[in-house]
Amino acid sequence: MGFSILGLAWRSLMNRRGSALLTILAVALSVALFLGVDKVRNGARAGFDNTISGTDLIVGAPTGQINLLLYSVFRLGSATAEISWDTYESIDGRDDVAWTIPLSLGDNHRGFRVVGTNESYFEHYRHGGGTQLRVSEGKLFSDIYETVIGADVAKELDYSIGSEIVLTHGLGAGGLTDHEDKPFIVTGILAQTGTPVDRSIHVPLEGITAIHVGWESGTRSPFADTISEDMIRGFDLTPKSVTAVFVGLEQRGSLLRTQRALNTQGGEPLLAIIPGVALGELWQVTGIVERALIAVSVFVIAVGLVSVLTSILTSLNERRREMAILRATGARPGHIFFLMVAEAAMLGLCGAVVGVFLVQLGLLIAGPILSSAYGISIGGLGISAIDGWTVLAVFGAATLIGTIPAVMALRRSLADGLTVKL
Amino acid sequence: MTTPPVIDLIDLRFAWQDGPALLDIPGFRLEAGERVFLRGPSGSGKSTLLGLIAGVLEPQSGKVEVLGHDMTALSGPKRDALRADRLGVIFQMFNLVPYLSLVQNVTLPCRFSSARRQAAGGEGRLNEEAVRLLSRLGLDGERMLSRPVTELSVGQQQRVAVARALIGGPDLIIADEPTSALDADARDRFIELLNEEAGRSGAALLFVSHDASLASHFDRSVDLAEINRAKGGV
Ligand SMILES: Nc1ncnc2c1ncn2[C@@H]1O[C@H](COP(=O)(O)OP(=O)(O)O)[C@@H](O)[C@H]1O
Ligand SMILES: [Mg+2]
Repeated sequence: MGFSILGLAWRSLMNRRGSALLTILAVALSVALFLGVDKVRNGARAGFDNTISGTDLIVGAPTGQINLLLYSVFRLGSATAEISWDTYESIDGRDDVAWTIPLSLGDNHRGFRVVGTNESYFEHYRHGGGTQLRVSEGKLFSDIYETVIGADVAKELDYSIGSEIVLTHGLGAGGLTDHEDKPFIVTGILAQTGTPVDRSIHVPLEGITAIHVGWESGTRSPFADTISEDMIRGFDLTPKSVTAVFVGLEQRGSLLRTQRALNTQGGEPLLAIIPGVALGELWQVTGIVERALIAVSVFVIAVGLVSVLTSILTSLNERRREMAILRATGARPGHIFFLMVAEAAMLGLCGAVVGVFLVQLGLLIAGPILSSAYGISIGGLGISAIDGWTVLAVFGAATLIGTIPAVMALRRSLADGLTVKL
Repeated sequence: MTTPPVIDLIDLRFAWQDGPALLDIPGFRLEAGERVFLRGPSGSGKSTLLGLIAGVLEPQSGKVEVLGHDMTALSGPKRDALRADRLGVIFQMFNLVPYLSLVQNVTLPCRFSSARRQAAGGEGRLNEEAVRLLSRLGLDGERMLSRPVTELSVGQQQRVAVARALIGGPDLIIADEPTSALDADARDRFIELLNEEAGRSGAALLFVSHDASLASHFDRSVDLAEINRAKGGV
């Protein structure tokens, strides 16, 4: 029976193109929703997981561990407190600590976060399973008023080496309180990383201190205008505090011991977190929502499959004649059965395949938005095994569902014989 | 020469579900190559009888022998195969599968039967054979053949059905009131054409209708009431 019946099934579907396309669309949208949820979920996870590696501990002022992770690594939200420079130095001076990256966050330039740090950041920060940051153009900063910007910053603000940029105190986009008097010069542009680094502006810690001279009270001091750049350079610009510290250990074996020591040390209270553990906790929180979304989208697929059933069932009556003709020209009951099942299977298969492509199309369009809004790279979201399995499952379910109209058509055509009373 | 009769009905009894006996036929024969007109009023059981002969229905008792095969003794698939291989069927109307082209409608029996396919010249020559049959029935030209079958006139549709019945040279063609939707002129031409083509291919023809005036076109004419003892019908 094979191919000739498949050909019949295909032509029959094309004959009812309108209703078939609607059914295919219903299945496609349901499959797209399911796969879309799954892909964004995996993309977000992979993006987050890829953002930091090689850092053993992150230390900040006491807050929730997810909060510390989000603002220090992902530049989402903001810190409520800082840790003093002395405490930072004591962490850096510990015997079990190999390196530290101090981070001073809280400033902003046209919607991009400003990160005060030092050379250690470029040396020790790792992303995507161990990749070091790389300057694609220019060089690292070597002066207070120099800056190294992420790839997206350069692209979106059209900055190049030598551009002068003015930094804002505070996080508001295009804040009212631009420190217009002291521009920074772009000396380097980092290669694309697919992490929030691409959307960060890196300046020396001393630069952060410098832009706050005259702002110690939180508002612009009336004397700020009278302070010249030369005077500022004369000040001691060692920061008074940092927002967070990335810590690399001499030996990973001491991880838990060092974490406990930092968390329980006398003096300034600290929170030391292990990035992987904090991420795990984050996924636990989001996991509940994810599972709910997946459950809903599975139900939506079921609805899509019901539309396959409806579409074929409603066509049955008007097709009794056709069945009688097929029987008269030699079709066995098995042919009739196979024809109906094949139609359902084709609707399911087409719908699922179209759904897979809809998702890819959606990612193509929404991908850049997601990545610029959340700093999540959704590369690696191409067609994967889950797409294949979903197509297979929907195909199988549609085939199974097709047996219902198939049995009905079979019974009717056996009862009708060659005469169809309409 | 002992060619078995094309149709041999012996003590055939049939009733729909729990209804009264519709058909009770002690004996009826159709010889090879014979063209017979079977007359009966509407509802008398003509279509039912054709269903029994085609092996789509099963009688409660008695024998239906078709081309030497006892249909009641054959399994369902064997009956289906016999029909696919050696029978041509023409209905009253709506003979065509709406989503197939003219040629595809004609070659339809060849999809279900390899014997029929071989008899029609084999896979590669099917379409050619369909086109030849269609043109013998007055349906030719690129434009005609590429029209959707739903756009054909009833007369044209019935001629496509004849071509389909004829493809692969079946031994028996059964036609169930194929002219009842045609006007008088078209009807006479259709019957002539059907007779001529059946004669040419050597197929026996059983043509049923309620319209007694058609009898003159045939070798032999039978009234269903003559051969049927049951009064279950109308
Ligand atoms: N599929 C069927 N199921 C039940 N009864 C049927 C069916 N087909 C026909 N009948 C009944 O059988 C009788 C004969 O019908 P039919 O064979 O179509 O007569 P004809 O073809 O001579 O007009 C009618 O009373 C009809 O109602
Ligand atoms: Mg009838």
